[in-house]
Amino acid sequence: MNAHRSFTIAAVLAASLSAGALQPAFAQEAENPPRQTWSFHGPFGTYDPGQLQRGFKIYREVCSNCHSMKLVAFRNLADPGGPQFSEPQAAAIASSFQVTAGPNDQGEMYQRPGKLADYFPPPFPNDQAARNANGGAVPPDMSVLAKARGFEVGFPWFIFNMFTQYQEQGPDYIHGILTGYEDPPPAGASVAPGKQYNKYFPGHAISMPKPLSDGQVEYTDGTPATVDQYAKDVSAFLMWAAEPKLDQRKRLGFQVFIFLIVLTGLLYFTKKKVWHDVHHPEVA
Amino acid sequence: MSAHSTYKPQNPVMQWLERRLPIAGLVYSSFIVYPTPRNLNYWWTFGGILTFMLGAQMVTGIVLAMHYTPHVDLAFNSVESIMRDVNYGWLLRYLHANGASFFFVAVYAHIIRGMYYGSYKEPREVLWILGVILFLLMVVTGFMGYVLPWGQMRLWAATVITNLFSAIPGVGDPIVTWLWGGFAVGNPTLNRFYSLHYLLPFVIVGVVVLHIWALHMVGQNNPTGVEAKTEKDTVAFTPYATVKDAFFIGVFCLFLAWFVFYIPNYLGHSDNYIPANPGQTPTHIVPEWYYLPFYAILRAIPSKLLGVIALLASIVLLAFLPWLDTSRVRSANYRPLYRQFLIVFFLAVVGLGYLGSQPPEGGYVIAARILTAYYFVFLLVILPLLGLFETTKPLPNSISEAVLPPGAATPTAGAKV
Repeated sequence: MNAHRSFTIAAVLAASLSAGALQPAFAQEAENPPRQTWSFHGPFGTYDPGQLQRGFKIYREVCSNCHSMKLVAFRNLADPGGPQFSEPQAAAIASSFQVTAGPNDQGEMYQRPGKLADYFPPPFPNDQAARNANGGAVPPDMSVLAKARGFEVGFPWFIFNMFTQYQEQGPDYIHGILTGYEDPPPAGASVAPGKQYNKYFPGHAISMPKPLSDGQVEYTDGTPATVDQYAKDVSAFLMWAAEPKLDQRKRLGFQVFIFLIVLTGLLYFTKKKVWHDVHHPEVA
Repeated sequence: MSAHSTYKPQNPVMQWLERRLPIAGLVYSSFIVYPTPRNLNYWWTFGGILTFMLGAQMVTGIVLAMHYTPHVDLAFNSVESIMRDVNYGWLLRYLHANGASFFFVAVYAHIIRGMYYGSYKEPREVLWILGVILFLLMVVTGFMGYVLPWGQMRLWAATVITNLFSAIPGVGDPIVTWLWGGFAVGNPTLNRFYSLHYLLPFVIVGVVVLHIWALHMVGQNNPTGVEAKTEKDTVAFTPYATVKDAFFIGVFCLFLAWFVFYIPNYLGHSDNYIPANPGQTPTHIVPEWYYLPFYAILRAIPSKLLGVIALLASIVLLAFLPWLDTSRVRSANYRPLYRQFLIVFFLAVVGLGYLGSQPPEGGYVIAARILTAYYFVFLLVILPLLGLFETTKPLPNSISEAVLPPGAATPTAGAKV
């Protein structure tokens, strides 16, 4: 078979050329953060309100000192599919924050306790102030941070992720950063002054000082007060902040699948019936 | 859309209307009794799927437009407010974003089918060219829509793509300034992208009407590539094609739903959840997956101008397929050599897609050059020569001879309606 041979030769040639060419490029793989178990993974995953409440506590006591979360409102804390604080609890949380309001009748801006409709107030009045207070780096806003971070898994893993519904690169990455500090840095790694060594940060030199240490935030529900647990809880909380409709999405998705499978099944059998005589003509 | 309608309405109101505006007759002749080859496989359902996706994109898009704000300071947050505060806004947005990807899945399947079965050949040249125009319009529309939520990669993609025009000798820079409406990608750019993103789908609808009109003039191709000759070769569009299309639209929606509900951000880039920042360039600028092969071709060529020309040529050359392909046999099923080269061509495009997602350095560039070379050699050298030298397999005399057992008396399927 002439055709087959030429095809085989062409294919083998192309494959070997490409493979040879690609090899050096694969050498410089960075280490990806390890995968964690998340309650919101998979088709039936939902947020764990307890975990989100703990995560919120960490955000409030630690992260919010430097990181804004401008797109999340206090009312969201009481939304279904979220941390599920009661409305009075959320209102109480809101009133413990001071927000800038105004201008009033005298034309002045003023501070007042937050209300449910208010958004989380930023720790700095503007990016310049934030940069100035943080050694030249602006702490990123945390509203959609869990969807704004990720890492390449490379071929063929990205294909498998399509089927396993792996969508948690963001929280895995944040958990990795929070647990990836190494002090002193490993041998051979040099870290500029004002930077810290972090195993999972691209380039390894991160401006944020190690934010969490064991026992730093008090848990009242018996959950271990470890950096690893803190990192998991706050990553889950940030995933909720970034994707507050995840529970609703997956629930509706299941209903849509049931509907589509039934509809498509019926259409399949209708098609079979309609086409039967075309595919099975009577033989004269 | 054929000239003679066999539509004879019984209802007096319809008779009255038919004498004044024969629209019911047009629908009847185009979508009910229209003869369609009996041997079409599922690759032929993508035309229907594309029509469905165009409608779905327009419906979700029009509602999204009610909530979106085309301003550089507000666009990102307006999209986030759609995700958070608009009722089912997250669903509309994920449907529209993933819908765009699936629109391209369908159009690539449609193009693959056309190339494999030689659907571009005489007398379907105009039909095919209209298809290439539709694909170009889709590329432009999709790109402009991609930019609208004003995330990091979106801004920088807009910068890279508009900058391609600067490669035009002499007038490049003034053209780019004119396109931007300023001296950098900014608010005027975003505004006109929004305006055009809303306009172009209606242009697409217009060209789709021409595309379907041309299709109904010449009739559908089929897996044998042999024209339908007798009534035995065809079945009526309704119910046969409609129920088959409907079934496969259902299957297609299952795949779409998997992405929309379970992995809505799988096809997107995480940098797009960072608001656009003109002061900070991302490490690697990559387009959406459906442009990656063309992006790889662009970057494979060291000269910017030649790269842009190659990028354009890679799409525009497809319009010349009816004349580049010299073979008189349509279907690859009867062209063993063409079939092999064509499959390698499709694999090369997939390979280019992968390389387009990788940084343009080292081995990736070399591989991209090899595959780009094959892309153009296939279209410009292999296709014209193959038609002259290839020994093709014998064609069946008719569609019914190819698919029916010998001596089969066909129930006149077309007459059953």
